[in-house]
Amino acid sequence: MVHTTMEGSLFEPTLYIVKGMCILDNDGNRVLAKYYDKNVLPTTKEQKAFEKNLFNKTHRANAEIIMLEGLTCVYKSNLNLFFYVMGSSHENELILQSVLNALYESVSILLRRNVDWRTLIDNLDAVMLAFDEICDGGVILDSDPMSIVGRAALRTEDVPLGEQTVAQVLQSAKEQLKWSLLK
Amino acid sequence: MSSFKRDKKEEEDSGGNPYQNLDKTIVLQEARYFNQTPVNPRKCCLILSKVLYLLNQGEKFTTQEATEAFFATTKLFQSKDVMLRRMVYLCIKELSTLAQDVIIVTSSLTKDMTGKEDLYRAAAIRALCSITDSTMLQAIERYMKQAIVDKNPAVSSAALVSALHLSSTAPDLVRRWANEAQEAISSDNPMVSYHALGVVAGSRKNDKLSTVKLVTRLARSPLKSPYALCLLIRLAAQLVEDDDSEASQPYIEFIECCLRHKSEMVIYEAAHAIVNLRKTARDLAPAVSVLQLFCGSSKASLRLAGARTLARLTAKHPTAVAACAVDLENLISDPNRSVATLAVTTLLATGAESSVDRLMKQISSFVSEISDEFKIVVVRAIRRLCTKFPRKHQSLAAFLAGMLRDEGGLEYKAAIADAIIALVEENPDAKETGLAHLCEFIEDCEHTALAVRILHLLGREGPKSRQPSRYIRFIYNRVILESGPVRAAAVSAVAQFGAQRPELLPNISVLLSRCQLDDEDEVRDRAIYFSAILETGDQQLINDYIINVSKPNPVLLEKALRDHIATRPEEPFDINAVPTEEEPKENKEAIVEIEVRKPVQVSMEEMYAEQLSKIAGIERLGPVFKTNNPVDLTEAETEYRVRLIKHIFGRHVVLQFECVNTLSDQVLEDVHVRLECPPEYEVKSITPCQKLVYDKPDSVFVIVEYPSAFLDSLGTFGASLEFTVRDCDPNTGVPDPGEGYADNYPLEEFEMGCADQIRARAATDDWEQTWERAANAPEASDTFILSQNDINDAAKAVCEHLGLPKNAIIGEAVKEIRGGGIFRGGAPVLVRARLAGGSAGITMKLASRSPREDIAQLLLAAVG
Repeated sequence: MVHTTMEGSLFEPTLYIVKGMCILDNDGNRVLAKYYDKNVLPTTKEQKAFEKNLFNKTHRANAEIIMLEGLTCVYKSNLNLFFYVMGSSHENELILQSVLNALYESVSILLRRNVDWRTLIDNLDAVMLAFDEICDGGVILDSDPMSIVGRAALRTEDVPLGEQTVAQVLQSAKEQLKWSLLK
Repeated sequence: MSSFKRDKKEEEDSGGNPYQNLDKTIVLQEARYFNQTPVNPRKCCLILSKVLYLLNQGEKFTTQEATEAFFATTKLFQSKDVMLRRMVYLCIKELSTLAQDVIIVTSSLTKDMTGKEDLYRAAAIRALCSITDSTMLQAIERYMKQAIVDKNPAVSSAALVSALHLSSTAPDLVRRWANEAQEAISSDNPMVSYHALGVVAGSRKNDKLSTVKLVTRLARSPLKSPYALCLLIRLAAQLVEDDDSEASQPYIEFIECCLRHKSEMVIYEAAHAIVNLRKTARDLAPAVSVLQLFCGSSKASLRLAGARTLARLTAKHPTAVAACAVDLENLISDPNRSVATLAVTTLLATGAESSVDRLMKQISSFVSEISDEFKIVVVRAIRRLCTKFPRKHQSLAAFLAGMLRDEGGLEYKAAIADAIIALVEENPDAKETGLAHLCEFIEDCEHTALAVRILHLLGREGPKSRQPSRYIRFIYNRVILESGPVRAAAVSAVAQFGAQRPELLPNISVLLSRCQLDDEDEVRDRAIYFSAILETGDQQLINDYIINVSKPNPVLLEKALRDHIATRPEEPFDINAVPTEEEPKENKEAIVEIEVRKPVQVSMEEMYAEQLSKIAGIERLGPVFKTNNPVDLTEAETEYRVRLIKHIFGRHVVLQFECVNTLSDQVLEDVHVRLECPPEYEVKSITPCQKLVYDKPDSVFVIVEYPSAFLDSLGTFGASLEFTVRDCDPNTGVPDPGEGYADNYPLEEFEMGCADQIRARAATDDWEQTWERAANAPEASDTFILSQNDINDAAKAVCEHLGLPKNAIIGEAVKEIRGGGIFRGGAPVLVRARLAGGSAGITMKLASRSPREDIAQLLLAAVG
């Protein structure tokens, strides 16, 4: 008797939908990544290998969605950042897409629409909190960017303009311009 | 893009990346700064981010390092800065799995979770639940219940999601919060109601009746959250699948109603459920038209969702999918190659013969652009096409051969070779061309494994072709040019030609004698072995050792050899005692699917080998001959569930009673099985199960010796379970003090039949010769009148009794069953039955031949 493990054809009624989320930089290196299922890519080594493969397959063509190594990955990129959300290959793609939108939009609001590597690195703590507010152990915690940002962007005092270096001011002006051009 | 890249590098140089080249020891040094007062929130935040960043990059922290960092972090509770506090929670969660004594922060977190600051509370609950174990949980239970019904949605969601995580370790405790969760389902906040539904549904997972109630109630008062609706659709779909009767009609109506929801996510969820549930094409129509719309969407995810679900439908309802051909045609040139591949393969699967050529042209336009995974999907689609339109084999084989010549990894090449091999096996017309393509391929094949497989196939199919000598040149070229394993395989293939085509034998002998001078031991050994057998000219010998060689399961063969050397090295080893490799079952449902992870195939014997190895003295019984499929000995919904697995050995049977205790307030100790054996059977030993805790399967093993006469081995066993019951705390599983009481539990009777003791297979091509060759073996035959009315049912029942697969049945009006097998102990047996229907019922003439007359008779007795 030969046993084959076939997935059932219906979607499984579970809240554990997200298998992982990550943000990669221009060269496919990990900026931030979280994996939620200990049966899927359990070690950092496997995760990074997967991310490399994922990046190679996705950085050229902006095709929104790809099936890779048994996972459905939805993605979106901007300038030098790539955002990914992974779920089982047997999952409602549109739910994953909604999580990706939540991730991208809330990061975008957090970075005041300057979605690029530099700004992200400067606000890494807030982005980490946003990750934590979007998904908890694979369960979608929230998908409304405004309420996610409300819970993650908690920095009260802002650096006054006078204390910023000239380079910082210039750079933020440059980013604003880039953003408005890309829009 | 390149200018941006340069920008980034420049920025890195000027601004300085605080996370570049972080050193773990320095960051841990910096963490000491946390002890200073007053706390500088901004600086501490940065240090915490560095710690988190390192963890995120996969840096390994030792327990000591993690514990130190953890304790330093706890100092930051004195700061009132919201951002910093949140980062502290995050660190606590990340470090909780690595550090020791993390429960030290329980009181700080409990204070935050019950405090006034809303921004703390939700995150504190999640952090707290990640560090608490089930024993500590009772202390915070009251707060959790309150939090679940809190009016702040973030707090409520946090409590619900934490409850869901905890339910995997403390299901009973969390079940007590179900009332609060139930209340939260009707929350105004969509996420809260989604999470609450998840918790409630999870706690009722094993209770179908209350799931029915839940779904029925919620289907009537539509939920606001699209996520929650998706979950509800899944729950409803599961109910429909379990119970296909009229009673499930309301659920279907609910799901169909969801097709008109405004959220695409819900619409897709509903369409997917309907596609997988409904049987007739008419029921499917609304779902299919929704999917059709998806195919035209501007969003790639929607197009993929649509194309993928339609592709799944091709196996069951090709006509329903064929109606969407226009929409799929538009997707052929989709920029997302996943979508394009699915569209083309689906069209190939549903289209007419006339459209094949056009679609193949389409594929070849983009096949070089797609990754190996998708190429494999295309190859599989072509393979199915070969089966469907045999007349197209010429162009299909040419296409496959073209793909074979392109660059590609082993898996891709193997898939193509598989497709050609399948083509060769199924379609006699395509045999010659297919083999020619393969011959050409091995001339220049870098994958040893693949070359060996193809040589094996040439050895099997080549001799049957019209011009076998053509292939010998290709095969012999390998002997001259290739590495050791390929040369060895080539030698075996050449020998097949010698065995099956006597006219070629002189030439083959010359080739084999040349191979006897090879450098490689294996090649020389094979050449000498085959030469010796071929020179005898004994047809029986040649047949058994060259043409029809049984292939033992390698895993079990290794184990059997090891046991043999450990127990009886002086005796000869009997290879027939090892189960042979089984043909993997063909996947009937031809689904167009991008399935990169392969299903694991494990035979029954391999599955149980580890469990059996724990029984004392098991190695003395020899190798497992066969493991039978489990049989239930109890009803499905009883206190204790018992399944029986019969492991057959040469002279013994090991009965494995796999027990599950379904009562959470009981622990069973010292679980025995009392057996009532048929006469002549003898119980050798019982391995009891010391402790059977709730919901954890464990087994009792009984070794029984077979009667010395094979004929006595058919019989019925009675059994009952005997054990000591001790009550226990359902939450912790700790038994109450004091003695338990003895109890027993009757099990259903079970049979030891013929099918259990025989490894049977259907007849092979050369059945007539095999049967004739066995003519001088003892034969037993008899005529039976069967009770069934339908000849098909009767034939199936006979096969079942004899353990033969259904494909042993051939013929239309007069059924004939042909098969053979090996009986435990290693004696071969052949069986032939002719069934004919008549007015008086079905008559069957059954004959069996075996060197052991008693086995031949046993087969008759099993049917009678």
